[in-house]
Amino acid sequence: MNALLVIDRLCVRYDSRDVLRLLSLEVARGEIVALMGPSGVGKSTALRAVAALQAFDDGQIVVDGFALAPGPVPPESRLVPLRRQVGLVFQAHALFEHLTALDNVTLALRHVLGRSRSEAEAVATELLASLDIGTRADAWPGQLSGGEAQRVAIARALAPDPHLLLMDEPTAALDPARRSALGATLRRLSEQGRGLLIATHDTEFARAHADRVVSLTV
Amino acid sequence: MLVWGGDAEGGAPFVEADPADPSQVRGFDVEVAARIARGLGGRTARFVQVQWSNIDQSVERGDFTLGLSGVEDTPARRTRHAVTLPYFEFREVLAVRPEDAGRIHGLADLRGRRVATLGATIAYDLLVAARDSTGLIPISYDDDVHPYGDLAQGRVDAVLLDHIIAQRALRRRGGSGFVILAPPVSIGHYVGVLARANSALRDSVDAVLREAMRDGTLEQIFRRWGVWDESQGSLFDRVVRSTAAAAPAGTAAGSQAPAYLPSLARAAVVTALISVLSMVLAVIVALALASGRVYGPLWLRVATTVYVEVIRGTPLLLQLFVIYYGLAGVVRLPAFLAAVLALGLNYGAYEAEIYRGALEAVPRMQLEAARTLGFSEWQILRLVRGPQALRFALAPMTNDFVALLKDSALVSVITVVELTKQTAIYATNVGSWVVPGALCALVYLAMSLPLARLARRLERRWRPA
Repeated sequence: MNALLVIDRLCVRYDSRDVLRLLSLEVARGEIVALMGPSGVGKSTALRAVAALQAFDDGQIVVDGFALAPGPVPPESRLVPLRRQVGLVFQAHALFEHLTALDNVTLALRHVLGRSRSEAEAVATELLASLDIGTRADAWPGQLSGGEAQRVAIARALAPDPHLLLMDEPTAALDPARRSALGATLRRLSEQGRGLLIATHDTEFARAHADRVVSLTV
Repeated sequence: MLVWGGDAEGGAPFVEADPADPSQVRGFDVEVAARIARGLGGRTARFVQVQWSNIDQSVERGDFTLGLSGVEDTPARRTRHAVTLPYFEFREVLAVRPEDAGRIHGLADLRGRRVATLGATIAYDLLVAARDSTGLIPISYDDDVHPYGDLAQGRVDAVLLDHIIAQRALRRRGGSGFVILAPPVSIGHYVGVLARANSALRDSVDAVLREAMRDGTLEQIFRRWGVWDESQGSLFDRVVRSTAAAAPAGTAAGSQAPAYLPSLARAAVVTALISVLSMVLAVIVALALASGRVYGPLWLRVATTVYVEVIRGTPLLLQLFVIYYGLAGVVRLPAFLAAVLALGLNYGAYEAEIYRGALEAVPRMQLEAARTLGFSEWQILRLVRGPQALRFALAPMTNDFVALLKDSALVSVITVVELTKQTAIYATNVGSWVVPGALCALVYLAMSLPLARLARRLERRWRPA
């Protein structure tokens, strides 16, 4: 199987307590996988480990041929290939408060990928428009509703064009209408060939929009 | 009991703490006070310590009855207070380094050179007058010891002070480091000063002084302290023969307010310059310290923490003395530079704490979001963390800058004449703090209020609408 992401027997311990024990899963290109389970079961921890924000104690993570080993998180300089492949949308969005919606999206394009300002703005404007939030491009994060902020955060994560998109509890702040719109957006992204790993405890959403469900238990 | 005030910091032979019993004072002024007290119906004298430059103000406040501590006879003092007969004649003498003795014979030879003296004295007025006529640079000190040390070290080119002080300084240095030029620049007299309303008591004190000149007790006192010379004899003759007070000597400068405005303006520029330069230095130091504390390895975090705590835990005044006088053996910093260094290094420690707090106030998740986007640590600081931290830091930074503006007054202890020092000189000369104090306050406010306003405007502009 042509897996984009392979998590193999992942273990994370805090103070000798198992937060994650022997988690194994795969995400293929074009596939939406829901990682399910009640709060506190380690869903966010798993996403953070894949995004190399979190050390793990045992097992292995491979993203498109780039392997992460147990032990401390490697320095950023060694993570460049991973950073290109993996986008993460935080539950709390974590938008840069000092920048407009548009500049939240252009920042990495300009300073990581070295695009010119006009190029970056063209890409960002198109991304925001495709997520149905083009009219809010000049708004500050503090002026956006929860759903709007989430779509800006998705646009920001998609800007460097990652193959794997991780999302943490994306439906937490959404009403039913927005929830199904989000589902449609995710489907569109998977049809572009991206793999999506969605941490959620929203069973209904997972059933309706995921190709596969992986359940974690306490 | 006669309560009299003097400054024991002025030291021997005027008034000094008795080495045998530091709770007591000794010196010729102590004995003159005792003699006066005895003459006023067998009273005893009780000493009150007062800063020398504040003797006039304190005697009017009633802190003591008689001020006596090398107090100079000036026209300004005579118009504002009840002043006794002159009881000692001193010469204002120039001290120069031995190698300059052949070239310098008087104030006229000191064009463009730095000449030190004690602030708020006849000597200082002489130097200020000479600044305009001969172009020398007067440097005012708060004490009469450091001018001679700085002369020997080359920080100043000459010192103009009373011959007693010059001779004492030469003795202390073992007779080397400088020479005293024989011909006096000017002649002056020491007097006692009483509150203006106390002129009746002043007349009694005058009678006692005349008596002490006639019966030889005053001469004995001066001989005991090694300050007797023939000029005292002729002074006594003149005083005893005349019923009126001797004419005051010295060339006290004019005491009209407009005359002081240019020097106040100059001092305000010094204050502004020192504050701005120190703040720039403080920001640079603080950026380095804060990055060390937030990003550095353990040893650097420890080192920067120690620096911050030591600087914040010790007085700025002490730091000023250490940098200016303490380091003089290693590096002889000009006063202005030492002032900027001390203030900048001191405020750097405070700013560092502000920056550290501001950096840590930026939500961690934003930094993680930036990492997942592929930014380097340096880019995260420059593009995400720094700009937001700057906004958090702006208001406390402005507060600190206003505080620095006012703390810059402290640098007068290392001879920098800034706004507060100039105001004190002005106030001493006109004998009142009311007008000089109000003027000085206005100038400080004129500098600090726009700062606060600017900070508010920046904060408003940077805050998302």
